[in-house]
This record gives sequence, structure tokens and C-alpha cells, in this order.
Amino acid sequence: MTRPDRAPGRVMAQLAMVMNLDKCIGCHTCSVTCKQVWTNRGGVEYAWFNNVETRPGQGYPRRYQDQETWRGGWTRTRGGRLKPRSGGRLRRLLTLFANPVMPNIRDYYEPWTYDYDNLTSAPLGDDFPVARPTSLLTGEPLSIQWSANWDDNLGGGAEVCDQDPVVERMRQKAEESVRFAFEQAYMFYLPRICEHCLNPSCVASCPSGSLYKRSEDGIVLVDQDRCRGWRMCVTACPYKKIYFNHKTGKAEKCHFCYPRVEVGLPTVCSETCVGRLRYLGLVLYDADRVGEAAAVENEHDLYEAQLDLLLDPDDPRVQDAARRDGIPEDWLAAARRSPVYALAKRHRVALPLHPEFRTLPMVWYIPPLSPVVDAVAESGHDGEDVDNLFGAVDALRIPVAYLAELFSAGDPEPVRAVLRRLSAMRSYMRRVNLGDPADETIAQAAGMTGAEVTELYRLLAIAKYHDRYVVPTAHETDGPVPEAACGLDFDGGPGAYGGPFGEASGRPVPVSVETFHALKDRQTADAPADTAGPGARVNLLNWDGRGRPAGLFPPPHTQEQP
Amino acid sequence: MTGLDLLLWAVLPYVVVAVLVGGTIWRYRYDRFGWTTRSSELYESRLLRIGSPLFHFGILVVAFGHVIGLLVPEEWTTRAGLSESAYHAQAVVLGGVAGVATVAGLAILVYRRRATGPVFSATTRNDKAMYAMLVAAIAAGLTTTLVGSGAVGEQHNYRETVSVWFRSVLTLRPDVDAMTAAPAAFRVHALVAMLLFAAWPFTRLVHAFTAPVGYLFRPYIVYRSRRHSRSRTPAARRSQWATGTAQHAPAGPPHAPERTRRAAPSPGPAESPSASNGLRVERGDASNAI
Repeated sequence: MTRPDRAPGRVMAQLAMVMNLDKCIGCHTCSVTCKQVWTNRGGVEYAWFNNVETRPGQGYPRRYQDQETWRGGWTRTRGGRLKPRSGGRLRRLLTLFANPVMPNIRDYYEPWTYDYDNLTSAPLGDDFPVARPTSLLTGEPLSIQWSANWDDNLGGGAEVCDQDPVVERMRQKAEESVRFAFEQAYMFYLPRICEHCLNPSCVASCPSGSLYKRSEDGIVLVDQDRCRGWRMCVTACPYKKIYFNHKTGKAEKCHFCYPRVEVGLPTVCSETCVGRLRYLGLVLYDADRVGEAAAVENEHDLYEAQLDLLLDPDDPRVQDAARRDGIPEDWLAAARRSPVYALAKRHRVALPLHPEFRTLPMVWYIPPLSPVVDAVAESGHDGEDVDNLFGAVDALRIPVAYLAELFSAGDPEPVRAVLRRLSAMRSYMRRVNLGDPADETIAQAAGMTGAEVTELYRLLAIAKYHDRYVVPTAHETDGPVPEAACGLDFDGGPGAYGGPFGEASGRPVPVSVETFHALKDRQTADAPADTAGPGARVNLLNWDGRGRPAGLFPPPHTQEQP
Repeated sequence: MTGLDLLLWAVLPYVVVAVLVGGTIWRYRYDRFGWTTRSSELYESRLLRIGSPLFHFGILVVAFGHVIGLLVPEEWTTRAGLSESAYHAQAVVLGGVAGVATVAGLAILVYRRRATGPVFSATTRNDKAMYAMLVAAIAAGLTTTLVGSGAVGEQHNYRETVSVWFRSVLTLRPDVDAMTAAPAAFRVHALVAMLLFAAWPFTRLVHAFTAPVGYLFRPYIVYRSRRHSRSRTPAARRSQWATGTAQHAPAGPPHAPERTRRAAPSPGPAESPSASNGLRVERGDASNAI
């Protein structure tokens, strides 16, 4: 598929991510830290910009991969054109007043809290007081039926996993009996964020044009001032990674932690990942051929077409074209060091999630291999011998067919090739680590050289911080880095919620303004950090620990207990 | 003509227009973040899927009917060969059908709002006041349809009274007598409608002003640059928008689908002056992005 003779068209840069699924232990630290930073507020209680789901499982929201139902992504028309699966322009405007296939809150889960107050305020009695769950939508008591991770670690068993759309497809295709009996059960974790696609169907479906792909780094963002809450993006995203904030009435999504990556920091989910399985880096791609690549006829060719878009940052012609198109030198340097380019294109071990959605996703996954070594070793063979490993790839506990449905539109070959490369790396490096001479034939068996295997090993196993995260800062000429404000503002703050026209009206107070006043208070007030007064609140970040500012604790109970 | 008539039909209309226009501009500048439909479809969609299209398509037809009925002078349709009775027959039939659809849709929506827990919890006082005005305006409007058609009371040709007054207001020579000659039902409807329009910019109804018609003519994929986009002042924003469309088209890959063929944005307006069928790069304010 590669066309070395073809000069690159317009070169654009894209910040992308690779996740090495072998290392994911399903601890949900990424989800929790992401939630703490970005969605820990009213209206998006149910939203997880980052979630980790157990495969097989229904995912979050339930069965989101079933595009027959949810109509996300693109379809290729008979004329070879791409059209959003949920309908073209006219159809979308005609269904503007009630989106026919928008997920209900119960397809995610109804957010709840607990009546903690009852634990301390319940009258003395024979029974322990309990904190009952109450709905965050209605305030009524609630019977919890489902949540973002209800089927974590195959929870619910066959009853739940049978409805995994991927399992259903496997059954349809091969009439293979996919069993969930204990002895044959398999699972792995799949962390998911927004894919920041090259051909984003959410952007294509936004009637008001508030969703856009940032031309500098390819991050897909929602302009909160232009979003009118038409909800079409929620349907159009096949990964269901756009959430409707039911308080502000606007769409919100993973923004690749743009306030962090602009200053060269990794995203929160990457930074806090204990398995250190995430990689961040730039890829350069040929923007003129995106439509062409997304519209190839055979679904199985989509992976290659997508790889073909990625340009070699070491190629002088690409570099010239990139300079012509305004990509700064430091970004070019970062692109050359990019772990994403290395894993996806050079070593070809990272695969896109559901390429058949035709959105050209830019979060790549290295499929899991782990169980194979144990399986081979248990059968009495050398678990890290390359021949044994190659033979075992098709007998993996996690069926190749399942991985193929996720990562290569059902074509097992790319997945097999990746698993062979990973096996070869283990086998090759084992000899090196044991002091045996390096065996070049092992690398060659997987279509690599020893040097490439060593480089892959360094990236995957040593995985130094500065090798995993190569994030160039936003260029100086781009102007000062803005504050993340608006929908991310503090709850109950002036202008955040509770404005005169509903819960979300008014201008937000920039964080710097709030901090300025808090600091001024602290420096000029008699009582340190005492910001009490009408509407004041205690900013713990500014509290120096001296004294007890009024408002730090709720007023004491004066009522006597009976 | 009493002083009250003068106030209601010669002064109030201009006050309403001032509030509507001024309020909308002010809201757009002050509260763009709050400018949304505030949809509740996430909570409940079964009833919404029936009620909302009924109401919205109904009200669009009703609005179209008002434009025709109020703005087109009677002589024009007569000269076009449409008799007064024929005009009224079609107006009553079309308006009646659209009106009934609107009312049915609105009834479903109001019922849904009250009966569905989360939707009711998300209803603000502002919403309730807006619903009251909306229901009042539509109810009064349906009454005028009945009155005008002669189904109730004496038939009345509003195109000789209300429409004349409406156009006279637009030409800044309010004809108060024309309006006072109309039956009470028409005057009540006009009053309630003016109240609704005055409240419009301050309710969720503002979403109607940003109906996404431009979507029909837009390339699918929108690129925006974070460059040149930091200022938050309206003047700076305006100048950005004025110069903010840098366009560039590729030679067009042979197999690229027409609609989705994209041109990547050029980094600066100085570059690539080629004609365009491709992608628009907007310089927007990225500071509010999520």
C-alpha cells in the first residue's frame, strides 16, 4: 500500500497515544484521576472521559460498539463516498428536534450519591443506620442497577458477557462457541479515551460547528460557547466518548488534557498510570489523503490505509513538506522521537480500535499477549522459545478472533503479526539477558532485525518516562496558554451554575481572578486565610494552616440530641 | 382611541422590539455559554420523540403562516386570483392543523416535564414562566383562528385590521385604529405574543435564533487553529471572524468522496491563495473548549 513515489500532500501534526494492553492491570487509576481533574462536578457525574472496561463485556455505555443500534461512525455509500451512519446533513436537521438514537442516561447509568447524613443524624436505635443511595438526577432513593464498571472482571458472567457485541459478531461469523465456562474464561482490560480521530464523525455531525479538530495538534474539542446542545455528536461518535452535560446542556469530551500537553506535560491518565502502559507522541500525516483512506472499500484494508497516512518524520521530503506547512522545528524533532510513530508504524505493534468505524482513530493499542507464555510453560514446553510461542499464538487463551474484531475489523492477520513480533521480542531478549549470543533468526522470523527488536524492547520493557512521553509544547507564537475555564469551573461559583437563565448561564470567573482575590485576602487580612464574608469560601490551597478560617467547618450543631 | 390603546399598540410594540433585539445582543455577549437548548433527552426520549417534533414542526408552520398572514397585504393575494374566502379556508385548514399539532406536542412535552422525575427536577422557574407564556400565546392564537373563521362568534377578516396594524408598526407609523377595530381575542393574542417576545432573549427560547441552517452548506470536518485566538473582547472576536477563514483546496485525490474531501488548513492566510471547495479553518477562541 505504501507509495514511496508519491509526494506528501498537506502535512499536519497529530498528538496520539498508544496503550500497551499487556501492562494494564485494570486498577482504574487513570479513570479516577481523570474524573477528579475534569468531571468531578454536576452534570457530568455519569461521564468518564477515561474509562477502563473489561473485555469481553458490554462496555460503557452498554453495547456502544453495536453500530446497528447506535449508528455511530461512517458508512461507505455504494458510490464510494463516506456518510455519517446516523445520516447526512438534511436528515440530521430533520431529526434535530428529537435525536432518534441518542443513548438514555440508563445506558450509561443513573448517577447517585449516598445519604451520608443519616449515618450521623439517625436517632439512637437497635439497628445500625445505613447510607441509602439516592439519585443525583431526582434526589429520590434509588435501586442501583448498573454503573460504569458493573461488569468489571467479568462480573455478571455469561449473562452479561453474552451481550458483548464483539462476542455476538464472532458467533455470527464463525458459529464458534464462545464459552464463558470458568476453565475457558478469558479477559483483558481496555482503557478508552476519546480517539481524537483523523476523520471524526462527531465533528461532522455537529450542526452548530462547535466541535472542531485543532489544526496544530489534531485534538478534537468542543467550543463551549458555540455548542447549542443539539446532541448529534453523542450519536455520531461510535466510541460514545462525547457526553451530554445535563446541567449545562452542552457536549463535553476528553480533550487530551490540552492545558497540560500545551506546556509539555503528559495527560493526567498517562501521568498517573501505574502500569506505565501509555505512550504519547506526535505523528505527521498527509491530511489530503484522509478522506481517501477512510473510504477504502474493504474494511480489512482500513488498517493499512490508516498506517499509510502516517508520514516518516525522518524522510527529508516529509520534513520539507512539514516546514512548508508551518510545522515548527521542535515539533519535527518531537515527531522523530515519537514513540507512537515507532510503535504504530515502524514496529507495527500498535493497532487502531475498531478501524471499521472509518473514523481513523488516533489512540492505538498493543494487543495483549501475556497468557501465552504461561499456557505454553504449563504444557511442559519452554514458554519463551520462539517456535513454541509462534505456534501458540493461535491457541491463545484470548482468541485472536476476539482481538481481531476489536483492532482490525475482524481480519486476524494484523493481530497475529503483532503477537508474533511481541513473542519474538521476548524470545530474542531472553537469550540476550541470559548471556547467550543474540539469535538474529528469531528477529527475522517476525520480519524484524535484532536492532529493531532491541529498540522495541527498550520502548516496551524499559519504557523510560522521557521515551514514553514526547510531548512538544505549544509554539511560543501561539500566544499565552489560556486558562481552562467555563464548564470546568467550580461548583456554585459566581457565574458557573445558577445564573439567571438556568443553571449554566453567565460568564465564568477565570481561575486567576479567583486566585488573585484569595491571595490578596490572605496577604492583607488580619486573620490569615480568613476569607469569610458574604459569599466567601475557604480555598484550602491558600490556607496556610494558621488559625481556623470561618467557613472551614459548618456551623456547630446547637440542637441537643434527645 | 384611548390613551391605553395608544400605549398598547403604538408604544409597547417598539418597547418589545427594543427589548428583543437589545436583550438578544446583550445575552449573546454576556451569556454565550448559557445559550443552549438545555435538552432533557438524556433523561427521557420516548415521549420526547413524539412531542418535540410535533411541537417544533407545528410551530414552524405556524410561524410561516404568521409571516404570510401579517406581511402580505390582502390586495396582493386578491390580485393573484385568490379570493378572500379561499385564502381564509386554506389559512384556517393549514393553521388549524399546524396549531393542533403544536398544541398536542406542547401538551405531551408539558406532561413529560411534569411526570418524568429528572426532567421535572431540571425545570427552572424561568422555564415554568416561559411555558406559561408559550401556552397562553398558543391558546390565544388558536382562539383567534376559531373567532376569525366564524366558528365562534362573528367571522373576522384580520387582514384588514391586525395585519394592517402590524405593517404600520414596521413602517414606523403605527395605525392604532386598525388594531382597536379587531375583536378582543386578536388583541389578547397580540399582547401575549408581545410579552413572549419581550421575554424571549431571557429564556431558553434563544436557541431558535441559532438554528443551524449553516450546517447544510458546511464541509463535514471543521478545523480550527489555536493561533490568533486569545482575545476575549467582542471587537477582537469580530475581527477574527472577519479574517478567520483561510481556505485551501488540494488537487483532489481521484478517489476522494466529494462531500468529505478535505483540504487541510493552511497555517496562515498569506499562504495558498488557491480557490477552495475544501475545509474552512476557523480561528476561534479555544479557551472554552472541552
